[in-house]
Amino acid sequence: MGELEGAPTMNKYIPHTPDDIRQMLDKIGVNSIDDLFADIPESVRLQKEYELPEAMSEEEIRAYFKALGEQNQQQVIFAGGGAYDHYTPSAIDALLSRSEFLTAYTPYQPEISQGTLQYIFEYQSHICELTGMDCTNASMYDGATAAVEAIFMAVAQAKKKNRVLVSATINPTLVSIIHTYAKYKGINVDLIPEANGHTDRTAMQTMLAEGDVAGVLVGSPNHYGIIEDYTGFADDIHAAKALMIMHCDPSSLAVLKTPAAWGADIACGDGQPLGIPLSFGGPYVGFLACKKELVRKLPGRIVGATKDVDGKRAFVLTLQAREQHIRREKANSNICSNQSLMALHITIYLALMGKQGLREVNEQSYGAAHYLHDELVKTGLFTPAFPDAPFLKEFALRTTLPVKALQAHLAKHGYMAGIALGDYREGMDDCILFCATEKRTKEQIDELVKLVKEVQL
Amino acid sequence: MKYYDKLIFEISRPGRVGYSLPKNWSTDNGQQSTDKPDGSLSIVNCQLSIPKVLLRETPAELPEVSELDVVRHYTNVSNKNFGVETGFYPLGSCTMKYNPKINEEIAHHPAFSGLHPLQNEESVQGALAIYYHTARALSELTGLADFTLTPFAGAHGELTGLMVMRQYHLLRGDTKRTRVIVPDSAHGTNPASAAVCGLEIVEVKSTANGTVDTNDLKGLLDDTIAGIMMTNPNTLGIYETQVVEIARLVHEAGGLLYYDGANLNPMLGASRPGDMGFDIMHINLHKTFSTPHGGGGPGSGPVGVAAHLVDCLPNPRVKFADGKYRIENGKWKIESTHPDGNNSQFSILNSQFNSSCGRVAAFMGNFGVVMKAYTYILSLGKDIKHVGPIATLNANYVKESLRDAYYLPVDTVCKHEFVFDGLADKSTGVTTLDIAKRLLDYGYHAPTIYFPLLFHQSIMIEPTETESKETLDDFIDIMHRVAEEALSDPDMVKSAPHTTPVRRLDETTAAKNPLLKYRDLM
Repeated sequence: MGELEGAPTMNKYIPHTPDDIRQMLDKIGVNSIDDLFADIPESVRLQKEYELPEAMSEEEIRAYFKALGEQNQQQVIFAGGGAYDHYTPSAIDALLSRSEFLTAYTPYQPEISQGTLQYIFEYQSHICELTGMDCTNASMYDGATAAVEAIFMAVAQAKKKNRVLVSATINPTLVSIIHTYAKYKGINVDLIPEANGHTDRTAMQTMLAEGDVAGVLVGSPNHYGIIEDYTGFADDIHAAKALMIMHCDPSSLAVLKTPAAWGADIACGDGQPLGIPLSFGGPYVGFLACKKELVRKLPGRIVGATKDVDGKRAFVLTLQAREQHIRREKANSNICSNQSLMALHITIYLALMGKQGLREVNEQSYGAAHYLHDELVKTGLFTPAFPDAPFLKEFALRTTLPVKALQAHLAKHGYMAGIALGDYREGMDDCILFCATEKRTKEQIDELVKLVKEVQL
Repeated sequence: MKYYDKLIFEISRPGRVGYSLPKNWSTDNGQQSTDKPDGSLSIVNCQLSIPKVLLRETPAELPEVSELDVVRHYTNVSNKNFGVETGFYPLGSCTMKYNPKINEEIAHHPAFSGLHPLQNEESVQGALAIYYHTARALSELTGLADFTLTPFAGAHGELTGLMVMRQYHLLRGDTKRTRVIVPDSAHGTNPASAAVCGLEIVEVKSTANGTVDTNDLKGLLDDTIAGIMMTNPNTLGIYETQVVEIARLVHEAGGLLYYDGANLNPMLGASRPGDMGFDIMHINLHKTFSTPHGGGGPGSGPVGVAAHLVDCLPNPRVKFADGKYRIENGKWKIESTHPDGNNSQFSILNSQFNSSCGRVAAFMGNFGVVMKAYTYILSLGKDIKHVGPIATLNANYVKESLRDAYYLPVDTVCKHEFVFDGLADKSTGVTTLDIAKRLLDYGYHAPTIYFPLLFHQSIMIEPTETESKETLDDFIDIMHRVAEEALSDPDMVKSAPHTTPVRRLDETTAAKNPLLKYRDLM
């Protein structure tokens, strides 16, 4: 390794010439780079060449990924399940590629990080506006980890209580993640049963009465796409001295009642529906917002406004006494970073779409999804899994067709036809969760319906 | 435009828009759409056909701005930022190397960015190949058997790795092992991750040069110890020469060794964590593998394990068999219809823990970041072995060039980074913070300061291998000049920075009266 002779003289990512290396070694006072590694015991020194390919040129890399890309199939997306195919304005990528945003470190030096700090402040403003909450942090990894942190907040706030209730109507993948964290942290998680696709309020009341409940997590829209009516839930939950946590689709909050208006104490969810490309599942961004009484329990970074010594408005990371680098094992969370660039993504999205655009996204998605719903039901092959339940863009249907064969047939023609609910839930092998956003055209929906009819034949 | 100081909300004007949507399902402000060719559509305004109780009462006050407003605003905002492409980042433990452009181009490839994470396996074979081969490459570079790429960041990887550690002991019925040893010099995330994983922290002392005190360690090892978390090189940039002995001691006591990959960069081409005896590790792709920090994320924190721990990795797993890549999700379901109580649902759910530690992310992690790291690995190929040696050369060069003006508390060969304990001459009261702020005036990012906690005035410097000798020489000159200024004009240094978009901030008031959103300013 690293001998002068073997040093890279022609590598675009390592600029050192043999002459540089010689001069630097002289300054250090050693003969070779190897001498700098003499302290590593022989038995654990790397003695071999890595079994990796030779370095590839850019042209070779482009060809390599092009070939891999051809092994993927671009599908017309009629599914959600936590990742939604919404329109992404062109200006976002152009701005996100600016190296001042892209290649910056965490804004620990506020004097040269006002760009990052300001957009996080704007992000926080947007999230509070959508959720109706008083405060939020600078973002989380994704919607699921945001929900987990919300549960940790509830347990920390309750001090001695150690049980949380989670509605069975939320995304089952989210349930499995919550359960994983809870298992190791030592929190008891119980599922609130559902009734006809809705969280069973009576069952929740019974479970709250059993005691020890620190928080209750519900979803909006829920896993079936249903917009549940949570009237009275906050009263029940608060009477049991627990916190109400609402996991929601932030895009929907342009039209749906806010978590704050439902009486929730914490709102969380995934920012992906706010124009973040599907990207095979990531990077996305989670959000976590709460009432002001809970701000000191919020994990992660928070940006606040202040002034500099000249009285100029400026932004800075604040309330850091909550965080792991200060509190170490006593911190409520181990989160160190945020998902900053993706927070910028949705900040710019919300600026571009604005007050009118986000509403229009919902209205058009609603239009596409309801047309799809009605056309599928008209075929006689589908019935609503939860009749008359209100939905925006996602809905569950029962079908007389074999679900897997239906999906396979449509995939062959380039359509992603919903999510098989039987993969996630017992007793739902004949159910599919469909989704349509504003990007789906009438022609695409008509083609999907036509293809569905072929399965029957 | 360094003086631009507007918030997006302050340039909003009612009636402006910055978007265009196709009118496929347009409601034209609440009117029914009747402009479809066949007239078959009857789209009703959703505000009317969803029960009122479910709807928002007042509109969200989002900005109303044109596209140019938005583009100019964020361009001006970006100009108040500093990135790797703006200038040199000697930021210890953060490995702020150059973020290659080809990585970005590949990660934006439309054949990947449009994939839904729940598409059928056959339709995402290219994406799964990238996931699989990235894991293989990381295994080769670290000497560990397999990796999960789902953790989103370093701290998330740590937590996942500790879940693997606990799961391993639990599967063996070794339930007493609930304590984990962490060096007193460790990153703050180590103890925080351990606590979130339900582990109790036991601190092991460091020797004078920051390495693990093996005598102290011996006294801590017993049958309640789940394992030890270490970095190697440690936070002072010093290789733990006792690592083989430490591994033997911990393994003999029934514990596992966790490697914090924050300091992996100098080990490329030099030494592999798996060979050192580590059982579990995480990698920060945004450090060693050149993916951009993005102002704080998205990162990616893959977790690797030795062969005996592979089955404890979280789901989903990507496997290759019979010429096809497959996603393994584990078996678990929610029972959705259940007249009596919830216990049945829960037992079904429990079966996700056959041997896997569970699930830490909804989908495949930050896949876009993985694509960038894989591009980097392919760009360097076998030549990646030069990364560690050159990073180490750079760090030692800077250290030896500045030790006359700054106090070097541990005088030995370092690896990727090293730590000064403030100025050599502290008589003027100029602190590490003042030096850091003065560097900003000269167009440098500050080094990591006041970490590690072993010294009062820590200045931690990590140059990385992508910086040239000329860049380092310029930095060395400026560091010398700042040391001279500390003597000749200490007040000027103490009030730095002077030329940045804003100057030192009132952080006390910010914490006392938190103003966290635009409405708080109105």
